[in-house]
Amino acid sequence: MSWSRFFRRKRADADLLDEIESYIREEIAENRSRGMSEEEANRRARIKLGNPTTVRESLWRQNAIPLIDNLARDFRYAARTLLRTPGFSLVAIGVMALCIGATTSLFTVVRSVLLRPLPFRDPDRLVMLYEHFRDPSMNAQQYNYSAVSPADFYDWRTQTHGFEDMAAWRWWQFNLTGDRGELPELISAAGGSWNLFPLLGVHAVIGRTFTESEDRPDGNAVLLTWSMFERRFGGDQAIVGKQIHLDGKPYTVVGVLPKWFNYPDAKMQVWVPYESGLPPAILQHHDFHFTRVVARLTQDVSLANALSQVGAVQYGLHMQNLNSSVAEDVASKTLIQDLAQDVNKPLVILLCAVVCMLLIGCLNVANLMVARSTARQKEIAIRSAMGAQRATLIRGQLMESVLVSIIGGVAGVLLSLAATKWLAQTWKDLPSAQSIHVDGVVLAFACAIIFAAALLAGLLPAISSTGKGAIAVLQASSRSGTGSQRRTALRKTLLIVEIATTVVLLIGAGLLLKSFFRLRTTDVGCATDNVLTMDYSLPPKKYDSPEKVNAFNEALLERVRTMPGVNSAALGSMVPGAGAGEGDDFTVPEQPPVGNGKASPTALYRRADPGYFSALHIPLLNGRFFTRDDRVAHPRAIIVSRQLAQQYFPGDNPLGKHIHIPAHGNADFEIVGVVGDTLHQVGQAGKPTMYVPILSGENDGGITLVVRAAFDPIALSLPVQKQIAQLDPDLPVSDVFTMQQILERSLGNASLSASLVLAFAVLSLVLASVGLYGVLSYLTTQRTGEIGLRMALGAQRKEILGLMLGDGLRPALYGLVVGLGVGAGAVRLIQSMLYGTRPLDPSIFAIVAATLIVVAALACIVPAWRASRINPMRALRAE
Amino acid sequence: MPKRMKPDGEMLKGTLDMMILRSLVGGDAHGHTVAKIIERTSEDVLEVEQGSLYPALHRLEDRGWVSSYWGSSENNRKAKFYRLTAMGRKQLVRETSRWRQMTRAIGLVMGEEFAETGGVQ
Repeated sequence: MSWSRFFRRKRADADLLDEIESYIREEIAENRSRGMSEEEANRRARIKLGNPTTVRESLWRQNAIPLIDNLARDFRYAARTLLRTPGFSLVAIGVMALCIGATTSLFTVVRSVLLRPLPFRDPDRLVMLYEHFRDPSMNAQQYNYSAVSPADFYDWRTQTHGFEDMAAWRWWQFNLTGDRGELPELISAAGGSWNLFPLLGVHAVIGRTFTESEDRPDGNAVLLTWSMFERRFGGDQAIVGKQIHLDGKPYTVVGVLPKWFNYPDAKMQVWVPYESGLPPAILQHHDFHFTRVVARLTQDVSLANALSQVGAVQYGLHMQNLNSSVAEDVASKTLIQDLAQDVNKPLVILLCAVVCMLLIGCLNVANLMVARSTARQKEIAIRSAMGAQRATLIRGQLMESVLVSIIGGVAGVLLSLAATKWLAQTWKDLPSAQSIHVDGVVLAFACAIIFAAALLAGLLPAISSTGKGAIAVLQASSRSGTGSQRRTALRKTLLIVEIATTVVLLIGAGLLLKSFFRLRTTDVGCATDNVLTMDYSLPPKKYDSPEKVNAFNEALLERVRTMPGVNSAALGSMVPGAGAGEGDDFTVPEQPPVGNGKASPTALYRRADPGYFSALHIPLLNGRFFTRDDRVAHPRAIIVSRQLAQQYFPGDNPLGKHIHIPAHGNADFEIVGVVGDTLHQVGQAGKPTMYVPILSGENDGGITLVVRAAFDPIALSLPVQKQIAQLDPDLPVSDVFTMQQILERSLGNASLSASLVLAFAVLSLVLASVGLYGVLSYLTTQRTGEIGLRMALGAQRKEILGLMLGDGLRPALYGLVVGLGVGAGAVRLIQSMLYGTRPLDPSIFAIVAATLIVVAALACIVPAWRASRINPMRALRAE
Repeated sequence: MPKRMKPDGEMLKGTLDMMILRSLVGGDAHGHTVAKIIERTSEDVLEVEQGSLYPALHRLEDRGWVSSYWGSSENNRKAKFYRLTAMGRKQLVRETSRWRQMTRAIGLVMGEEFAETGGVQ
């Protein structure tokens, strides 16, 4: 075997032709010189040479590499066979393209989000540390991992040795104002401890990161992220060392972070030191849970060991602070789990769904292949009778599925490029969405599934059609060889697996969809139609007294209320559905103190103006709303939600009682009213809520302006923003949303995963019914003779119809039963994603079963009907 | 030690290769001449089939035992000439000695009287 010869075969052949030509001429000349006539000389010469093609062929073979030659021949043969039946080929290729494309897309996302290591130094040793409460009521989803209090973090860092170092960061937000009249802008920010960047192994590309001395409450260093540096400062390096204004205070730019650094998300614009801007008192608290802690394990200490050290410190802190919410334990997550926490489960489920679909697609193509190989029984029988080896025959048939898979796979990968892009844009929760792209690993994965699919779809039919029985077809008497019966059984088994998988997918999709509709129709407890909201935050430097704050807020309300189309306007710290926001511990002076070891009462802390409840249609159950007198001079009124009243004042009238909130001035608030419950987040259980008057003038956070309009409120957004700009041109407005949009934002991902799984399930159903139809059509043609005979013997058309329908529906029913069984087990996987829906919801199971039976019956009815229309005379004659 | 050879197609192929190499000892020749030389020197006993001559020539060229070039024949026609290379010459020597050992061995086995008496004793 020689590669050079192999590739020069064409030239060698041409050479040989010339050589043969010259031989003939020599021979002719010789014959002529012996005195032969021209014609005779020519004839003799050619006789002597023999068949020139044989000569060429033998040289050609001599230069060949058998394996490649055979593969090439199989390939050409397969391509010709596929071209002869373009309908089949297109369907098979389309099915493969869809399935492989979808699988590749999801794998791309899963790899980028869950598998690719973070670009930090030695990322395997990085973990996130959280506080963990033992109280089971705190362990419902979001409190399982509680953010850390600053004082806890300092104690962990100084008192334990299992971690090389620990760093802290917190979410923040700034109003960035320009010196030269640039637009004010509300930017996402984070406060990171000075050792965070060295711990992660991140260096500034320009300038430096923070120093220890800058990490103080009055520290005023700031790091720009690359996107901020490029966008706002035009990538001008001279910005380093200059000052920018955040919330009206000057900060000195000390450096720019690298472009790839998008931790914790890509929206981050600036970093300040962890302590910068925090009231020093907060840093002493053990019960202000807002800090994220990143820790790096020491080289030779196990995570369990390191954690137990921190846990011991934390338990000590808990025992010292029994009356405030300090957790008993600590818990850890890897950094990547931490970033992907909300999408982990849906992603894995989608990947499972798409792999099911791939399996169904392969089975379907396999089924089609079995049908084809049946049509080619004779050809295969003749070839094996003439000495073709079984391996050769299998290889030949396998080549067809390889070809289908490769073409389908290439189309699928192209499809997935677009699909992945769409997915990354649509799925808002995905961390590092911008880094999701197809790379070498993904392509390798795609190649692997292409060949797996080819084997899955091709091997079974090829093996079954080339068995020992293959030659039986040639026996004249065989009406339907044993081989074909075996093959029918094979097709039915494939079909049962296919249908069972479809049923599992349908059940999953049904449950997710039902839960999604439950979410959609959740009553959040307030008006949601024609409500516009927007956020602003008064810079404390400019609005430094309660009077100034109130003056702005009341002037704004006044202006907005008189705008045409506005029914009512109100101010609050947050609207229902927009998230949990601030929650605070409180005590009730009229009640005995909570016993040691029990968590103190806690409730969401909201601020509201007198018109807030009526504007949002939150009902008053008892007492009164705020009045305009609940302000600076008499700020100590509080309104509680029904849930708070029931939970903490069971069987008691809360009116006139007091609530003591240590986090807010250590003062007693008198309960003046009880209002209806609202949900802070769709899909989560409601929490006790307390409202204090916003007109107290306290300026400690963002304010949401709520506008109820008589019509679609979106049209009001610009006019309202103009009113704000007229009052204070430096004040940025953010998050302009209608109430519907806010609610949908929290539904978005549930809707996406429900609709994707549904799409996969519907596709699978279509594939399965195509498979069912194919099998029954094939059975009908196979049994034409038999049916003719039955009819000739007196069988009624109705009986034939029933017979064939039963034949087709039986595998469907078996598949359904298997699928329902497997499905009942598999729903456990998605249990945690369901809202208001039981995993074994009987209505969903019933609907799925009914749908499947109807679709299966539809797929069977056409071939069955066709069988019953067979003309018995013609059928028998054709035999 | 001479290799034991099986009297099958492989041996015959090897024999043809050897004879081709031998026929080129007298000088470069094209395919037609090579066939002629073998036929003539074997007193027309051996007839070289073109079907095996040309594949054999190409095979020998691949192994580096002959080289080829296009030239014009004695009758001034374009023809592909083959030339024995140094490697080919060595190969020929090896083949010839193997051949001699084998014919001698076969001759010993067959005996001389056998052919003369026609196998009848």
